[in-house]
Amino acid sequence: MTTSNLPGFLSRISIAFGALFKSLGDAEFAARVRDDSVGPTAAPAPVPVPAAAPAPAPTVAPAPTPAPTPLRVPTPDAALQLLTLFQREARLIDFAHENLGAYSDADIGAAARVVHEGCARVLREHFTIEPVRSESEGSRITLPEGFDAASVRLTGNVVGAAPFTGTLSHRGWRAAKVTLPQLADSHDARVLAPAEVEL
Amino acid sequence: MSDVHDPRYAIGIDLGTTHSALSYVDLQASDGEKAVESVLLIPQLTAPGTVEALPLLPSFLYLPHPDELPAGERALPWGQDASDDNTSAVAGEMARSRGATTPIRLVSSAKSWLCHPGVDRRGAILPPDAPDEVPRLSPLAASTRYLAHLRQAWNHAHPDAPFDQQSVTVTIPASFDPAARELTAEAARQAGFAPTLLEEPQAALYSWIQGSGGRWRKQVQPGDIILVVDVGGGTSDFSLIAILERDGKLEPHRVAVGDHILLGGDNMDLALAHFVARKLSANGTQLDAWQMRALTYGCRSAKEELLANPNATTHPIVVPSRGSKLIGGSIRTELTRDEVTAFITDGFFPRVEASARPAVRARAGLTQLGLPYAQDAAITRHLAAFLARQAGATADLEGFSGRVNAEHTFLHPSAVLFNGGVFKSGILAQRVMDTINDWLYMEGAEPARMLEGADLDLAVARGAAYYSYARRGGGVRIRGGTARSYYVGVESSMPAIPGMEPPLEALCVAPFGMEEGGELELPGQEFGLVIGEPVTFRFFGSTVRRQDRIGETLEFWGPDELQELGELQATLPAEGRSAGEVVQVKLHALATDTGTLELAAVAQDGQRWKIEFDVRTAPGAQ
Repeated sequence: MTTSNLPGFLSRISIAFGALFKSLGDAEFAARVRDDSVGPTAAPAPVPVPAAAPAPAPTVAPAPTPAPTPLRVPTPDAALQLLTLFQREARLIDFAHENLGAYSDADIGAAARVVHEGCARVLREHFTIEPVRSESEGSRITLPEGFDAASVRLTGNVVGAAPFTGTLSHRGWRAAKVTLPQLADSHDARVLAPAEVEL
Repeated sequence: MSDVHDPRYAIGIDLGTTHSALSYVDLQASDGEKAVESVLLIPQLTAPGTVEALPLLPSFLYLPHPDELPAGERALPWGQDASDDNTSAVAGEMARSRGATTPIRLVSSAKSWLCHPGVDRRGAILPPDAPDEVPRLSPLAASTRYLAHLRQAWNHAHPDAPFDQQSVTVTIPASFDPAARELTAEAARQAGFAPTLLEEPQAALYSWIQGSGGRWRKQVQPGDIILVVDVGGGTSDFSLIAILERDGKLEPHRVAVGDHILLGGDNMDLALAHFVARKLSANGTQLDAWQMRALTYGCRSAKEELLANPNATTHPIVVPSRGSKLIGGSIRTELTRDEVTAFITDGFFPRVEASARPAVRARAGLTQLGLPYAQDAAITRHLAAFLARQAGATADLEGFSGRVNAEHTFLHPSAVLFNGGVFKSGILAQRVMDTINDWLYMEGAEPARMLEGADLDLAVARGAAYYSYARRGGGVRIRGGTARSYYVGVESSMPAIPGMEPPLEALCVAPFGMEEGGELELPGQEFGLVIGEPVTFRFFGSTVRRQDRIGETLEFWGPDELQELGELQATLPAEGRSAGEVVQVKLHALATDTGTLELAAVAQDGQRWKIEFDVRTAPGAQ
């Protein structure tokens, strides 16, 4: 956090209001304001959560309510880039915009080959995707205490305490590596596929 | 060129017809045969404004229209190179994909043009069918561009180890003539570094040696003759490497190289695509250029699948619609095993007799405007011709005297190393092995074995890096020297016969197997050169005449023994002498450290003039 990152006057108003309401609603936050002579620093301080925690939170939270994790605003560029790749290699946008009702399964199947082959290529070339669990699906596995709840989801009869033993119904996927192309500063990522004009 | 003092890395560049790659060995971390080696990911444009780092740089240049690509969309991580005249030209993946739809602005196969003696290789002739307003490039300039791109990619990734201070090897086909070698070295110098040249089949063997981690000594024995079959994207290249034993150590010797054959994997994909397109047009479906390209891609993957998996009988090919209606507009067809077998396996690799020779048709007068593609697509026939021509290649090699029999009609290889993506198909590699072993069986010889564990795509770049490393004393080296003997044409001093050209004699100016750094003087013969007046000589090379010594004159030679190369030209500038003065000179031949051949005219007082391999259109060249 450098000094150049200090909030301007208008932002400070909103921070002050934010701190007021947050202190009223969140005892822990209020305690931190009290204990920390500097006061709350800028937003990114409380982010110990590792990866993008999926939105559905447990319905009944246990007693010590943690500070609500600030939600990250997705940057559209990477998403647009991925769409561009899927369109360029796999014609995914063309495919999704088609009305399947008008075609026979044979025609759809032919197009699906283009889409499948291209999608597989994009995934292969830009991601290293590996299963979360290496065991084969259907096998019994045991989850020790303190297992990573973000990478393993418990379903069914979820009671008792860890270690949990159950059947692996899906191995899960994890992107071990992401390599998206770099974009030039002036590049407009919103153009997912340029119009083509043959002269 | 060892003006590089203390390089950190040994770099190898595969400057391919269709793809280039860069591999490097970390000298500080390497010792003996344990070379620590990596492949550089090369940032390149894959779409406007989009840069990706890929292991291969497609050897294509796209020359965009001024309205086509704003400068911001061409940005590379290292910015534009101010020293580059053709800043708008784009190299790499985007050039290839764009160029497929706008071929008049695409420079491709620059390497094949670089060794085409019928054109001016320094002249701006590419793309050959571009309209006048498209700025053209010379084959030399295009090669320079690819090398400069690699240099910049390296410098971007290794700012603390500048490219021009590393030890760099660039690969060339073994069949490159002295002019093409010289042009490749010149392209490297123009791209800002001093290279060493290495023949690609040798690079493939180096890579295999390195990949084996020392076990290669168990897989080959003294007396082995390794045939390297290298079928790249655009060229096929053969070499023979004999294994000698000297002072208890195995020493590979390259004993022969093949002719330049413009025939490669891309020709196969294209041939297949045209075949499928004919099949479609018989059903009333016409494809445009864009769809042809998609079909070629489709055929390639169908071919690879059918040739890799012996149980597959058909593979579907879908040519996507060009417009946004994907489902209704796509064309579905399929490739069957029978078609691939007939077209690729039997078309390019037919089972032929050892006595088979490639068909040669007389060329029509205008063919020199295009590339001189091989006229016979059968690689096995080219191979049969090569082995037959080299039947005596090992006759005088120490330790090989008993192995060669006068009754052998071709040289018997004992091991085969494959290189090039084509041989990812086990079926094709096996077909070549079966064909060679049939030939060997007919002459009562043991079957040859296939050397396993070759890296088919990156072997040449990896082997070149290993060679850069081995040159510095770190590993095994292949010996052999120059793979040709060279001759100039001299008119014989016979009395003139009306209506007949005086017969030509060939004077050997550089013998076979000159080791690098060696310099020889043509004994006896002196030439009177006139200051200020260019003199040209006809120039010949031979891959089979190993015995001729420098200064020997041939009056007769077999039809296949000598091949005419581009002309030689010497112009003596008037430095310190007056124009018109006649100077007596002797010819010197020098095999440079770089890997090129240099001919020089040396006067009695020691003054020296370089003789150029004339790279302008030689009037008599075909």
